[in-house]
Amino acid sequence: MPNAERSPQVALFVTCLVDMFRPEIGFASINLLQQAGCTVAVPERQTCCGQPAFNSGDRSSTRDIARQTIEAFDGYEYVVGPSGSCIGMLHHYPELFETSDPWHARALDLKARAFEITSFLVDVLKFSAVQSEFNGQISYHDSCAGLRELGIKQQPRTLLGAVTGLQLNEMDESETCCGFGGTFCVKYPEISNRMVENKTANTAATGAGTLVGGDLGCLLNMAGKLKRQGHDIQTRHVVEILAGTAGLAAIAEPASGRHAKPDSSEAARPAAGTAAKLCAGEPDSARFDLAKQL
Amino acid sequence: MQITSPSFKQNARIALKDASLQKALGNLKAGFPVKRAQAVARLPEFDALRDEARDLKNHILENLDIYLEQFESKVQQQGGHVHWCRSSDDACKTILDICRQVDAKTVTKGKSMVSEEINLNDYLEKNGVTPVETDLGEYILQLRGDHPSHIIAPAIHLNLEDVSEAFHQHHHRPKSDDPAVLMREAREMLRKQFVAADVGITGANFLVAETGSTLIVTNEGNGDLTQTLPKTHIVITSIEKVVPTLEDMTLFLRLLARSATGQEFTVYNTLSSGPRRDGDQDGPENFHVVLVDNGRSDMMGGELQDMLRCIRCSACMNHCPVYGAVGGHSYGWVYPGPMGSVLTPQMIGIDKAALLPNASTFCGKCESVCPVHIPLPKLMRHWREKEFEQHLSPRAVRVGIGGWAFFAKRPTLYRWLSRGSNLALRLLGGKKGRIHRLPLGGGWTDGRDMPAPSGKTFMQQWQAQQREQQHPRQEKKS
Repeated sequence: MPNAERSPQVALFVTCLVDMFRPEIGFASINLLQQAGCTVAVPERQTCCGQPAFNSGDRSSTRDIARQTIEAFDGYEYVVGPSGSCIGMLHHYPELFETSDPWHARALDLKARAFEITSFLVDVLKFSAVQSEFNGQISYHDSCAGLRELGIKQQPRTLLGAVTGLQLNEMDESETCCGFGGTFCVKYPEISNRMVENKTANTAATGAGTLVGGDLGCLLNMAGKLKRQGHDIQTRHVVEILAGTAGLAAIAEPASGRHAKPDSSEAARPAAGTAAKLCAGEPDSARFDLAKQL
Repeated sequence: MQITSPSFKQNARIALKDASLQKALGNLKAGFPVKRAQAVARLPEFDALRDEARDLKNHILENLDIYLEQFESKVQQQGGHVHWCRSSDDACKTILDICRQVDAKTVTKGKSMVSEEINLNDYLEKNGVTPVETDLGEYILQLRGDHPSHIIAPAIHLNLEDVSEAFHQHHHRPKSDDPAVLMREAREMLRKQFVAADVGITGANFLVAETGSTLIVTNEGNGDLTQTLPKTHIVITSIEKVVPTLEDMTLFLRLLARSATGQEFTVYNTLSSGPRRDGDQDGPENFHVVLVDNGRSDMMGGELQDMLRCIRCSACMNHCPVYGAVGGHSYGWVYPGPMGSVLTPQMIGIDKAALLPNASTFCGKCESVCPVHIPLPKLMRHWREKEFEQHLSPRAVRVGIGGWAFFAKRPTLYRWLSRGSNLALRLLGGKKGRIHRLPLGGGWTDGRDMPAPSGKTFMQQWQAQQREQQHPRQEKKS
């Protein structure tokens, strides 16, 4: 690797929802990080950030998971994930430990290295020249944790601004919670439902064919509602648009066949296939840091 | 008032289907938050003031005993009395005693959430003293036998038709739906009460230690008539309201109205400093301050101390999407919204109030608009921890979180669990890519589809890709 010395070493924090529901987001993240000149590894000992336990009041489990996550990402220059909520959770780790506890210092160290992907690209790497095309109108939902815990607002918009053909129609109340809230959505389904109805109404009012956001939890919630209501609006993670993988089926849509939106169908160039194949370009794959996989 | 916090979920379900309430909540959403944003935009130093206010409140709380005693001695020097009350009962008894000393039949009342907290009206009525609410919203609620659903706009859950109907029934006048007519009618009714009352009870937004003054802010002027006309003025308030100086008070006033209603300043800001002095043309002959603790001093020295910075502006509830969906009554006690979800468990017990701090997505909007930077989500999480520690969480939650955490702490097992779940969800999703009805997942699928995984887990695909690169198959070698 000729410029290995100058290449930022990034460990991808996949996040449990991306791992389980939408691997495309993980591969698109790797693609973007590589476009920005990073060497990307995927540490195997990662699971979930521990937020479900943290927000359910189970401090002891949260601490255990935090220690494990800190160890999993030990030694990497940066830890980057496609979620403001999960990265925000890593930023909460220091408050789990007494300041005299050695884990406190390690948690602070992880916090200093952990970034949400759009913020990492724009704020840390000063990279916004993404090579992507998307012919269509989108609207953007600002997910709460990213927005209020990490200050993510302009970063995705800056990156989306570099995508050829893309038009951003801002929705009313883009900063209002979609009603997901982790376990909230199943503990208080009726309230959650009302909140996501407001969100889908605001989305539909923009006329955009695609709803985009930076957190898969919110996206699953909003996509699920849009589909239940019969809206012909696609839902995607922002990195899918930025990495040019919007040709794949959108969230909650059939794996093959229609790429529903009339106004985004032109963007749907690649035939349906696995995200892995699409995202793992030959030249890039050589840069994956294999040593750290073990 | 009757506590219905344990049935928050049912309350919320009913509220969501109440068309009239939903209409009223729509008005709230379009009102206060918009006006607050405009007011904040007009004051460039707003955020700097918030920092200053947080720091000052922290200083006050660290020296609360000193400032309260200073306040007490100033009040006494001016001929007033200060009563320290540990509980709601103490406070109610103290107030009744004062009423009896002056043989009071009716008392007028300015708006006071502390009086709601101690359930004063019921107590007075049971003991033969008639309280008359003089704040327009509270007056409407009293006519209806209703309770506040919001700390500064108590009748926000009602629409014009509701008010019109209540006035028609109780005032025996022709029905009107003209707000100006209704307002005149209320004023006419209340004038008589102001004059007839033996005692006037108000709350206090702030207590000023250096001058021994209490301050109320109102937009109707009812508080002034309540505290000036009767022979006895009782201020019912709580210990965290004290500020060192008049100057300090103005800092909070600059934040309060803007955060609350979006006004630059509330219309009436009235200081009371003891009873009428020689030569004063009006004012009460007796001046009492009833200082309520009611669990507040137990919040000192721990995580919840931050909550005592609260200046009761209501910005947190005005901006809360959960409050906006279900309204204040759903919370089932006096203080609704995010601030209530922190205070209520302290005051009525986490065993009764556990559903409240859980009723938040932790979206953080409340904290972002709080004029004194109270970390409301963190404090709600504090209560969830207490709930979990005391084994009060529902069994499904404990078992669910416990089981999930077991796997999350064991990466290898976790991989197998994810693979299995991923496969099961994909099978359930079939060709549609989404699940219409998920067994045991009704909480999700009653209202929305569950997107199915789009393929094998990321880790499976990633590892397969890595193997492929390390050991490429024959046909790919060329």
